[in-house]
Amino acid sequence: MKGHSYKAGIFLKDESRADWHDKTLWMVRQKRDKAARSVADWEDLRERASSIKEQVLSNLDFYLSEFEQRAVENGVKVHRASDAQEFNEIVYKIVTDNNAKLVVKSKSMLTEECGLNTFLEQRGLEVVDTDLGERIIQFRKEPPSHIVLPAIHLKKEEIGELFHEKLNTPKGMSDPVLLTSAARTHLREKFLSAGVAITGVNFAVAETGSVVVCTNEGNADMGVHAAPVQIHCMGIEKLVPQTRDLAVFTRLLARNATGQPITAYTSHYRKPKPRGEMHIVIVDNGRSDRLKSDIHRSSLKCIRCGACMNTCPVYRRSGGHSYGYLIPGPIGSILAPSYNIKKHTDLPFASSLCMSCSNVCPVKIDIHDQLYKWRQELSEKGAFSPVKGLVLKIAGFILSKSALYDFSGKVARVALKWLPRRMVYSKINVWGWERELPAVPQESFKKWYSKNSGKNNL
Amino acid sequence: MDKIRIGLFIPCYIDQFYPQVGIATFELLQKLDIEVVYPEKQTCCGQPLANSGAEKEAIPVYQNFVRNFSEFDYIVTPSGSCAYHVKEHYNILEQTEQVKRVRANIYELCEFITDILKIDDLKIDFPYKVGIHQSCHGLRGLKLGSSSELITTRYSKVHRLLEKANGIEIITLDREDECCGFGGTFSIFEPHVSVKMGKARISDHERNGAEIITATDMSCLMHLEGIIRRENKKIKVVHIAEILNNNRL
Repeated sequence: MKGHSYKAGIFLKDESRADWHDKTLWMVRQKRDKAARSVADWEDLRERASSIKEQVLSNLDFYLSEFEQRAVENGVKVHRASDAQEFNEIVYKIVTDNNAKLVVKSKSMLTEECGLNTFLEQRGLEVVDTDLGERIIQFRKEPPSHIVLPAIHLKKEEIGELFHEKLNTPKGMSDPVLLTSAARTHLREKFLSAGVAITGVNFAVAETGSVVVCTNEGNADMGVHAAPVQIHCMGIEKLVPQTRDLAVFTRLLARNATGQPITAYTSHYRKPKPRGEMHIVIVDNGRSDRLKSDIHRSSLKCIRCGACMNTCPVYRRSGGHSYGYLIPGPIGSILAPSYNIKKHTDLPFASSLCMSCSNVCPVKIDIHDQLYKWRQELSEKGAFSPVKGLVLKIAGFILSKSALYDFSGKVARVALKWLPRRMVYSKINVWGWERELPAVPQESFKKWYSKNSGKNNL
Repeated sequence: MDKIRIGLFIPCYIDQFYPQVGIATFELLQKLDIEVVYPEKQTCCGQPLANSGAEKEAIPVYQNFVRNFSEFDYIVTPSGSCAYHVKEHYNILEQTEQVKRVRANIYELCEFITDILKIDDLKIDFPYKVGIHQSCHGLRGLKLGSSSELITTRYSKVHRLLEKANGIEIITLDREDECCGFGGTFSIFEPHVSVKMGKARISDHERNGAEIITATDMSCLMHLEGIIRRENKKIKVVHIAEILNNNRL
């Protein structure tokens, strides 16, 4: 199977483009640093956010039923879906019950996770993603390459080409303002004719039964206000206990994601509009299994800010699509194996374990440690090739016996010294593809020590 | 007062490929009036196995480490990464007194000098332009300095020790603490990204005028040196122990 390493190699073939990708995302990281520094108690805020999420996860049943009860009192229809299939069917039924043909959708990683677009499209419905970046990749029939900046892998010239083809903009036009304006005109038409508007959910407030959606483009509001029926889709982990908790999370989210003090729109939806319908679909899809795991439960704290991607030196140099999972980067690498351990064996290894991800995480998920733990779990579950397993066993044996270690070290050094270069640097020497091996010294430290340690003055 | 008695841990790759780093560490610690013992049955901390997912296979390696090092006041090693591994990941062993001692008393060389010996000025000369590569496990794991992601008071134990060297000029990097891409077996599993990350670090140091790249971890430097030599670059790598021991280049 062609995993992350292979796909990263392809991404890196165009070195100047890879450099551009790295720089663009590093700029976002720098903006984040600046914004975070403007908050005096930033590290306390992270701690606070983490503990609120911990409280929610430890009492999830309680908060879910409180939320559901309040929402129902507000006149909202609440649905629960245990998996992607059930979720898609619920949404499909709401859409068809209302005789809608066109659905507009603002950003939602959950609907991506469940494959909602494809499900609805296969049943003859038109689904339009209204977030600009999402619309771009929808035109290109591509998955997002980043959870906050879904089209970050594309240059403005490529978007100009795409819009020329799809929206009939003048050929060669790549001015971002003009392109955005063309998208606005195109999307406005869709907003006005949609029967149903779907949004994701950033936060669901248990005490009020309301949901909060953060966007920069106002597209969630455009959709919800114009369409008679609104559907908000959320994973079970999106809850916060009280409205006041939002003061912690909204201060963290945009600053950490893009370096903005706050998203341009922070929309609170509480009850259906007059003559309108409001639905909330609460989705499990594997989350409660993760909740049961002591090791992996903290990944449910994630508020999808994407900062771990921006800071990750591997992500920046391999691109979101190299991960082969809809959520790329460090957080995706710890989420993906819990959905499909066989398919995503490579992802916990797509990290140098530099820990930068854990340091930027606004809810303090121990991402690097989970990557490490996934590696152990994969090995225990026999996900490695037999060869790799055997090599590791032999290495473990050698490294636990000092005489054997000394001997093997010596053999390796003698071999490296005397073998012809073309043998040392054969194709199987992956290190040597683009790097020299260390020069071989006369003797090991241990040898030097045994010769010299008896002398008084070294 | 009795001399402090330390166990010197020389990581496997330093033992085999960079004995001069081990020698510098040994000599430096002796100069600091410490009783330095090198237990000769030591091998490796087990990190290469554990990071590859073979933590279980690493247990006998961990046990060998504990057997060799539990009797000392401190364990000192010229590697932040190995020290961090012992501290952090020997939690899977039964926590006997010996294991607890080893985990609590292991120090990376620089932090041992600044925190235990409380020395900042080693009276050394190093008349070069130096770029400090902050190795990740030392920086973010052992907290040898403040990492750029955290909004905290800035400090760096490595800078503290090097700043005092006569003639040194420490350069400022564009990205002060980005990973070099070594990452242990990551360098083999992900060779393309690993090398690309290494190239980026090297050009940051070059762009800002460094003649020497130094670090607390020879593993990072081995990776960077591998690229430097392949590409015939001028810049050199030197482990911090060699600078602190006042070695001449």
